[in-house]
This record gives sequence, structure tokens and C-alpha cells, in this order.
Amino acid sequence: MQLTVNGKTREVDVEPEMPLLWVLRDELGITGVKYGCGIAQCGACTVHVDGVAMRSCQISVGDLEGEVTTIEGLGTPENLHAVQDAWVKHQVAQCGYCQSGQMMQAASLLAENNNPSDEEINDAMSGNLCRCGTYPRIREAVKTASKTIREA
Amino acid sequence: MGRMKTIARRSFLVGSVALAGGVAFGTYLVRKTPENPLSADIAKGEATFNPWVKIDSDKITLITPHADSGQGVRHVQAAMIAEELDLEFGQFETDFGVPSAAYWNRAMADETVPFMATDKSMPAEAMRSVMGGLLKVLGMQLTGGSTSVADSYEKLRHAGAVARETLKLAASEKSGIPIENLKTENGAVILPDGSQYKYTELAELAATLEPVQDVTLRNPAEWRLLGKPMERLDILAKSTGTLSYGIDASVEGMVHATVKMNPRKGGKLNSFDATAAKSMRGVKEIMEISGGVAVVADNTWRAIQAANEIEFDWGEAPYPAEQEDHWKAISASFNEDSMDMEWRNDGDIAAALKDDDDTIVEAEYRSPYVAHAPLEPLNAIIKVTDEKVEVWTGHQIQRQLQVIVSGITGHDQDDVILHNQYMGGSFGHRLEFEHIKQAAEIANRMRGTPVKLTYSREEDFIHDFPRHISMGRGRGKVKDGKVVALDLKIAAPSVVSSQMGRANIPAAGPDAMIATGAWNNPYKIPDYRMCAFRAPELSPTSSWRAVGAPGAGFIFDCMLDELIHKAGADPLEERIRLMDHDVSRKVLEAVGEMSSWGSTLPEGTARGVAFVESFGVPVAEVVEVTSTEDGIKLNKVWVACDVGKVMDPVNFENLVQGGVIFGLGHAMNCEITYSDGMAEQENYNTHAGMRLNQCPEIFVKGLENAPDIRGIGEPPVPPAAPALANAIFAATGKRIRELPLNRHIDFV
Repeated sequence: MQLTVNGKTREVDVEPEMPLLWVLRDELGITGVKYGCGIAQCGACTVHVDGVAMRSCQISVGDLEGEVTTIEGLGTPENLHAVQDAWVKHQVAQCGYCQSGQMMQAASLLAENNNPSDEEINDAMSGNLCRCGTYPRIREAVKTASKTIREA
Repeated sequence: MGRMKTIARRSFLVGSVALAGGVAFGTYLVRKTPENPLSADIAKGEATFNPWVKIDSDKITLITPHADSGQGVRHVQAAMIAEELDLEFGQFETDFGVPSAAYWNRAMADETVPFMATDKSMPAEAMRSVMGGLLKVLGMQLTGGSTSVADSYEKLRHAGAVARETLKLAASEKSGIPIENLKTENGAVILPDGSQYKYTELAELAATLEPVQDVTLRNPAEWRLLGKPMERLDILAKSTGTLSYGIDASVEGMVHATVKMNPRKGGKLNSFDATAAKSMRGVKEIMEISGGVAVVADNTWRAIQAANEIEFDWGEAPYPAEQEDHWKAISASFNEDSMDMEWRNDGDIAAALKDDDDTIVEAEYRSPYVAHAPLEPLNAIIKVTDEKVEVWTGHQIQRQLQVIVSGITGHDQDDVILHNQYMGGSFGHRLEFEHIKQAAEIANRMRGTPVKLTYSREEDFIHDFPRHISMGRGRGKVKDGKVVALDLKIAAPSVVSSQMGRANIPAAGPDAMIATGAWNNPYKIPDYRMCAFRAPELSPTSSWRAVGAPGAGFIFDCMLDELIHKAGADPLEERIRLMDHDVSRKVLEAVGEMSSWGSTLPEGTARGVAFVESFGVPVAEVVEVTSTEDGIKLNKVWVACDVGKVMDPVNFENLVQGGVIFGLGHAMNCEITYSDGMAEQENYNTHAGMRLNQCPEIFVKGLENAPDIRGIGEPPVPPAAPALANAIFAATGKRIRELPLNRHIDFV
């Protein structure tokens, strides 16, 4: 079975019902995507499928249609995406385990709406749990990234 | 001295309880400096000055032995060394180091003595000193109790200064220039003519010198790094998905395992049928382990899928099957035989409360079991060979992990090598050893093959040892608009004895965690008694962020709020009036100023205040809510606290806000309840905590009046629940005496 992840075509030999999350982590060794709950309650496994945020724990790899982007494909330490840059500037992370999913969710929101209101940020981001409670910084970072993207 | 004698006779206190029988040790042992673990495998030309600094011709490595669960201690430990060693970020690497007695936690002593943090009397200080010696002799390396900064503050700056002065001595020998004419800057020793020796150039010579121990620490006014906003060392990796946590670790040839343990925690496995699971794709082995079954496969998901196909016959729980019976057991513990400790007895409480009239307030409070549920589920990789055991996991009690693993595999403790990992949260979860024991058991049967054990989220919840439940009964009196008497009783099982038992650390004596957050608040109420009662062990429990203080603090502060309301006094003014400790009073005053307490608010909007001291840190919080048609909406929170000195204002603010959110979220909607001996909550859908849309604005102020340096990981948590409950009362007139609050009221 073939899938495209971060611009590269990858071949995997797995059963079609295996969730994309585990194909990425255990078969392809892409670990920026995290396992948190397995039931779409925490958002730690959020990736983009054709640019749209999806919970990779809920996508059977056999049903996957489209190109997958993980946090590693969004930007790199040398070449940060505007969202990652804002996450660094605001020093959002504590443990950081949820943050890949938070950033993928935020990037998807801003790709669709580059100037979200507080309420739109709430609606888009409330499916992503942060057990450390970095929400005030997430809000600020989303706004900073939004500004960067609009001014680019 | 009477009080100290009584306690000393009963026991030494460790983790607020005693090591049974005490531990005999002499002055010699206490004075003896543990060996520097870096000396063991030091290469030629490589210099180590103490257990925290290593320099060779290529690089500088700073050892940061306190475990990082997200609180940022790896950064702050490195910054403390770098401050004195004149290093800039980017000039050094960090390493969690190896488990060692050299990394014993000095600050834990403060948490293990039965004195108020504000008590600087001779008996209190003497007891702290005795405990410090005990912890040193035990080589107690532990990250917990918000002690990392307090433990590190002197010793890591000292470690940096020792390295600096020794490098200067090496430069002096090399150049012939007197040491007093040399200075250090930017990772180098600077000569009077402006030329320099990089530290790495001096390593070979410095390695031959005796480290200079007589050093002077810099005046905080001259600090370059500490006390100023810093960019955390891990922030770039955590913002790019490139930081590797324990669950991301990978070892050549490893297999993937998961376990199903008896959900009736501690109960037996009667039998199981794995016929269907055995034939599933990728399954390599299914084996019975102590209390459950492990599935080993070639992929984590396949292991979890197969484990779900196994049919089990589980034995009974060693505790009451139904939640109602847990509460009955707590309720039955308010009696003389179950008295654990009379923590306060000021004035004459019996006389003060003898009349039963309209000046008396009586109430009962409950605080539930709550799960830790850090977002990274428990995991560990263990590889056992005949010679040694290697472990890759994030753990907070590194040396005890070696003891536990060696007990299973039969190796010497020193042959258990821990590669400590970054943790995706803990909140106390990674003080536990069950997953380590299970991984060791599996790996020991598959010697030569590295085994990675990963819990499913459901297993992580079901098998969590939650925060203990507690119940409070208060009776107090008001007079002339003031609170004049309080008789508060709190009953709970002992979390410390439950936890220490699993860690093979003997414990006895009273458990301060039953009533911490209540008795130690430095209020002066004329007639005041505070007694802790010890319920029998029910569900196994474990330290949950701030341990006893979230439950006992909720009980104490809400009870006080009821009395203040009865007296007709202002909630903040009366707390300030009753406060008997300057530093704490200033914290209350600050939160009043920040929030413009007393200002007029719109209809339906109101505020509550709470104060709880935990881990020596006084914290006051004001929560503002609005009562809407859809339920309670949280608007704003103001927090003032005092840790003596703030190491990094950015991380400090983040941790305080996070602690408030943790406290509020669990108070709103989290509890673990038991039915048929099993936890009824198995995932975040039934135990969510706070989500972003519910998050209020949070304003933080760190005061610096306290004489001691303290940590901020836990103290912001306890006042959040009572401040919210008090705000809900102020907004709606509804006094909720039980957590979680959503049992009685909806939240937007």
C-alpha cells in the first residue's frame, strides 16, 4: 500500500484497518505525531490530509485519500512555519506532548481563515487537550501567527 | 522541644511519614561526600569538577539530574550552572546524567517535617537538618514536591562557580598570570591583554587540578541569565515535533508490548483465553505476568488490538467494589482510634463551640479520586542481557527504579542502566513503578530482545492510582462580624503509605498529606483545632500534583468562606485580618490590588478568593465568573504568590497559569469513581479537565518577599478549586461542597 507523507511516497505492508497514526509512528518512524487517547478526544495525533486537520487515530489507512503532512512536514527547526515561529516566540510548550497536534490544528485554521476571531479560535482549538494548561499562550501564539501570515 | 520529642520518638518522617524503625547513621556518613558519578568513565583529557560539569577538548556538558516532566527544570538547572560558569546558551550540551547518590535532593527535607513552612524555630530547623542528613545518606534522588529549584539553587550555582575558578587556575598555570588578574566570559578565561583560552582548551590541564572549592557566588543583582526571561532550551524542539519522549525512543531490534492488568487494581488474574489473540497478525508472544497478561507484537497498535481480544476472568478487588462504600469507610473514620494527628489546637475549641445557636456554621465537604492522565501514556523500553539491564523511560525516582528492576532481573543495582527521557507530563504519574515492573518482567523472559511497553490510554486510566479521596467536617463560630472559632476534621486514606508500599520504601507514622493545605495555612483563629483522621486504604492512590493540598485546601478554604459569609465580612478583608504571616498577607493584598477587589461588577458576575499554602509557597487566587443561562462562565483569574525569587519570569508565568488551569479543570469536571471494583472513567471523554474554550484570562504576579527559594510546579493548583467554588457561591448563592462541581452546576 502506498501513501504520500511530507511530500514523499512511502510503501507500507499493513492491514487496511490500521489507523494512520500507527502507520506513521510504528511503520514509518515519524514520531512528531503523538498517541494520546485513540478516540479523537485529545487531538495529539492531528495531521493534515490535503491541508486539512484530521485526527490520524480515526483514519484507517485503507480509507486514506490525499497527501499527509505531519509536524515534520509543516516546518523544520531551520525553516519554521509561521505557526511554529509563534509557538517559539510565545514559549507555549511545557511538556510539549500535545503541541504538534495544537500547531497542526492552528495551521489548518489559519490556512482557511487568516484572521480568526476569539470565538473562531475557541471553536477550532477546543478539540485539542493540553494537560499542562498552556491555553493562554496557545491563544496568543495563534494570533501572532495570524498576523504574520496576513502581513506576509 | 516537647513537640519535637514526641514526633522524633514516633518516627523519622520521609515523604511525611516515617521510615519504620528509623535509619542509623553517624555524622561521618552525613559529612561524607558521595562519589562523582562522572569520574567513573572519564576519558583522558576530560575534566570533571563535580557531578554537574564535564568539559573536554570538544564540548561542555552540564548534567541536569532533576527529571523534566514539562516544568522546564532541565533548562533552569543548566541556567544556574551557566550563570556562574559564564556560559551562554548554545555553548553547552545538557544530559540527564546517570542515577547517583550524588544527586540526593536536599530540599525534600523541608517537605518531610511536621512543621509549618513558616516555622523557623530551633526544633523545626533541627528536624529539617536531621532529615537532610537522612536523605543524603539514602542518596534520595527524586524529582517531586516542587523541590527542584529549591534543591538546585545553591548547589548548581556553586558547581558552576567551582568549575569557573578551577578553569581560571588552569589558565593561570598555563599563562603564568596571577589568578586575580583573570576573568571569565562567554565560555572562556580572559587574560589582561584581552586574549583568551576557551574552556575546552583548558580541559586537559584542568583535569589534573584539584577543584577549587573556596568560591564566592555572584550577587543576584549581577545575574545575566537568572531572573530574566530566557528561551527554554527545549522550546525549539517542542515547537517542531523533533523532541523525543520516552514513547518515541527506539532501540535496534525492539518489539512492541502492551499489558492488560486486573482493572480491580491489585486483584488476581484467575484465568484468561488468548486463543483468538494468538493468531492475530504481528503477535509474537502472549504471556502471563504478575496480575495480568502481556502481548508482544511487531507494532504497538497490533499489540493493543490483540490484548483487547483476550478474554479474562479477573479476581475481586482488594477494596470496596462500589464508590458509595469508599465514602462510607471515610465517613466512619472520624473517631478517636483513627486519629492520625492533631495538627492545630489553639485556644479552647470545646468552650468556643459549646452553644448551638445561630452563630455556628456546620458543613461537610468531599474531594474525589482524580486521575493523573498525562498526555503521554506510560511506557518503557527495557533490554535485559546476562550482563546488564538497560532502561529507556522518563522517571522521577531514578535510583529506586534501579532497585525495583534489579529485584526482578537479579542483576546488581549498578548494572541497571537508566537512560532517562523527556516526559510528556507526569503530575505524579511517573513516580510510580508498575509499568517499569511489567516491562522488566516481560524483557527478563525475552533476554537479548529490547521490549517497548506502551499502555493504551484506557489502561493508563483504568490502572492509574488516583489522587486520594477525602472528606472534611467543619464546625465554626462567628462573632461581631468576625470568624472566631473553627474545628475542622479531615479524613482520608494515606496516599504516602499506599505509594511508598509499592516503591518498597517502608513507611509509618502520621501522613501530613491528609491535611496539608489546611493545617499549615498561617491563619490565626482564636479557637482553632485541626485534626486529621486516617481512613483504611481503599483504592490504591498516588501523589497527584500538589498531593494533599488540592483536597484539604478545598475543604479548608470553602469552610472558611462559609464562616466569613456568615459573619457578614468581606471575603478578602477577613482573610487578610486573620493572616498571621507577613509574606502571606502581602500575597493576599497583592491579589486584591491586581483584581481591584471590591469594584462594582455587572449583574450575575461575581468573584471568589482563596488562599492555600503548599510546599512552602503562599498562593492567593481570585476567580471571576458569570452565571449565564448555559451555566457558569469563567471570565478571569488573578494569582499572586511568593517563591522568594523567580528564576525565569516567562516559564514562571506559564507554570502558574497551567497550575490554575489544572486546578480549575479538574474541579469542574473530573473524578474517578468505582463500580464492580473498576474505575468507571477510561478516557478523556469522561475525565477531560479544561478545554481552551473554557479557559479564562489569567493574570500572574510573583512576589519576592519570602526568605527561601521555592518551586512553583504545584502550589498554584490548590487554591483554584475553592476560589472557583467561592465565586460560584457569590454569583448564584449556591454553596457546592463537593468536587467535581459539575455534579451540581453546569459550565459553559
